[in-house]
Amino acid sequence: MSTDSGGVGSLMRAAREPGVFMRLARGNLELWANLVVITWAVAFAIWQGSGFAITLGTVFAIWAILAVSLNLVVGFTGLLSVGHIGFFGIGAYTVAILTSNAQYEQLRTEAIPTFGWPFFAALPVGIVLAGLTAIAVGVVFNRFRDDIFVLVSFGFAVICFNVFLNSRALTRGAFGIHEIAKPEIGSVAFGSEVAFLILALVFLAVVVLISWFIVSSSFGRVLTAIREDERATEVFGYQVTHFKLTVWVISAMMAAAAGGLFASWTTFIDPNSFILLESILLVSIVILGGLATIWGSILGAMAFVLLEEGMRFLPFLPDEYVGQARQVILGVLLVLLMLFRPQGLLGRYRL
Amino acid sequence: MSTRTERDGGRFALETIEVAKHFGGVHAVDGLSIAIPRGKITCVVGPNGSGKSTLINLLSGMLPLDGGVVVVDGVRLRVIKPHETPGLGITRTFQDVRLFDQISVWDNIMVVLTERRLLPALLERGKSGQRERTEEILRSVGMWEKRRSLAMDLSYGQRKLLEIGRAMALNVNTYLFDEPFAGLFPQMLERVKGIVRQLRNEGRTILFISHNMDIVRELSDHLIVMDSGKLLTEGDAEEVLAQPEVIEAYLGV
Repeated sequence: MSTDSGGVGSLMRAAREPGVFMRLARGNLELWANLVVITWAVAFAIWQGSGFAITLGTVFAIWAILAVSLNLVVGFTGLLSVGHIGFFGIGAYTVAILTSNAQYEQLRTEAIPTFGWPFFAALPVGIVLAGLTAIAVGVVFNRFRDDIFVLVSFGFAVICFNVFLNSRALTRGAFGIHEIAKPEIGSVAFGSEVAFLILALVFLAVVVLISWFIVSSSFGRVLTAIREDERATEVFGYQVTHFKLTVWVISAMMAAAAGGLFASWTTFIDPNSFILLESILLVSIVILGGLATIWGSILGAMAFVLLEEGMRFLPFLPDEYVGQARQVILGVLLVLLMLFRPQGLLGRYRL
Repeated sequence: MSTRTERDGGRFALETIEVAKHFGGVHAVDGLSIAIPRGKITCVVGPNGSGKSTLINLLSGMLPLDGGVVVVDGVRLRVIKPHETPGLGITRTFQDVRLFDQISVWDNIMVVLTERRLLPALLERGKSGQRERTEEILRSVGMWEKRRSLAMDLSYGQRKLLEIGRAMALNVNTYLFDEPFAGLFPQMLERVKGIVRQLRNEGRTILFISHNMDIVRELSDHLIVMDSGKLLTEGDAEEVLAQPEVIEAYLGV
């Protein structure tokens, strides 16, 4: 959302602006955040070698897609949704069910039909399915805002988890689904880790581009106005429910794409990947990176993955505590952030 | 947005017929019938709680009508939806200054100029006409230098001015200003007065609420006096102000 066309004035202003090092020296947190997280990521990749870096990169790309898509809803439109993981799950389960080649023994475990679709045929179905769910849910959710919206989106996450857990004829419930297909286009298979990483990054790039396209348009400006004062936006001629529903559906479809990638990448999913806690971690990433900033969400996802995985290497931490420790550290980080920098690392907008 | 000022739909820009609004048992607006003359400045006065703001909320669709009819340009309406009001040629400001706080001053004006339909809005990126209009508005309310600031960082008077500017950006026939003069220091006051006069000189209709009798005397052509949701008296400003019993009883001057 640019303001005016540069000219001599802005050039002179740029000349007076202090350089990167000066701004770092003055404690510019945004620059520091970028510098620290990116340096950390590079150092981590070099230290651990390319194999682990590729794995982490893929995890990062999936989280980043989720964070960027959720930021459209939470940061730009001001709807604090903690149910985003539901759409992620819908995408993941659709891809899993449609592509899994596993033959299950009827007697021992739950059996589900085998479709054996290729990944790129199943993914659009998952995305569309999430979109349709989002329309149905969104029409109802449009009636709520603020705290009530948080509660109903919470309800959505819980419902999704229970559907995944209990529709055993489709999802095999707690047994989970194995042998989820890897993506392939013609003869090019994304079986290797590197190829998959590249695919995930391409997805991330597409999601970032779409998000940027949305937020830099007049549509995006209306979203921020809705965030600030929905009723006033309405009085100026906007049917805010339509705007909110549109961005909600787009965001849900992006999350479903991330879900499809995730399912294919892990090749096995069960309902535990789609619990409410994951959703709340996701909201934390968005807030950590900064609301209403796309790059912030990417940086937030990077920092989160590094924190999460990096902790495995803390020598004084026994293995069994690692899982819990990441939540503790993220929790502490969020409290500190809310106290000292409520707009997140890169954000301008406060909740 | 097309200019609607040229279109002449009779002597009155807005009329209400037996309009009512209840909050529980409270009759905020109780069978109110008024007519707001086109191209004039109309002022609504009355004690606190007499239903002045509720009237504006009803006319702008922020509250649904419980009864009665609003006539806009000769069209009778029982339901006014807020997003339809610009199409009806109506816009407003709020008593409690409702700007889009955490976006820039520039975007606060731009947002009322851009595309209303979904898909065209997605494809639109600040047309030059919109930019020029935004600059014009920001300069006219003296906020051009502040265009990069967030609306929340402005002073109260500046916020008030920006809100009026935002309404002006919407090129409509009728402006409803809810206490545009409250809490302004003299210099700002003159500025807002100038804007209101300028809007009238352009042939637009203005309805404003004020408690400041000096301003009411100075600006208004038409005066509506309300009490307990009912119309007390209505008419030419000078004539109404000449009725001593009205002034003494309800305005305490």
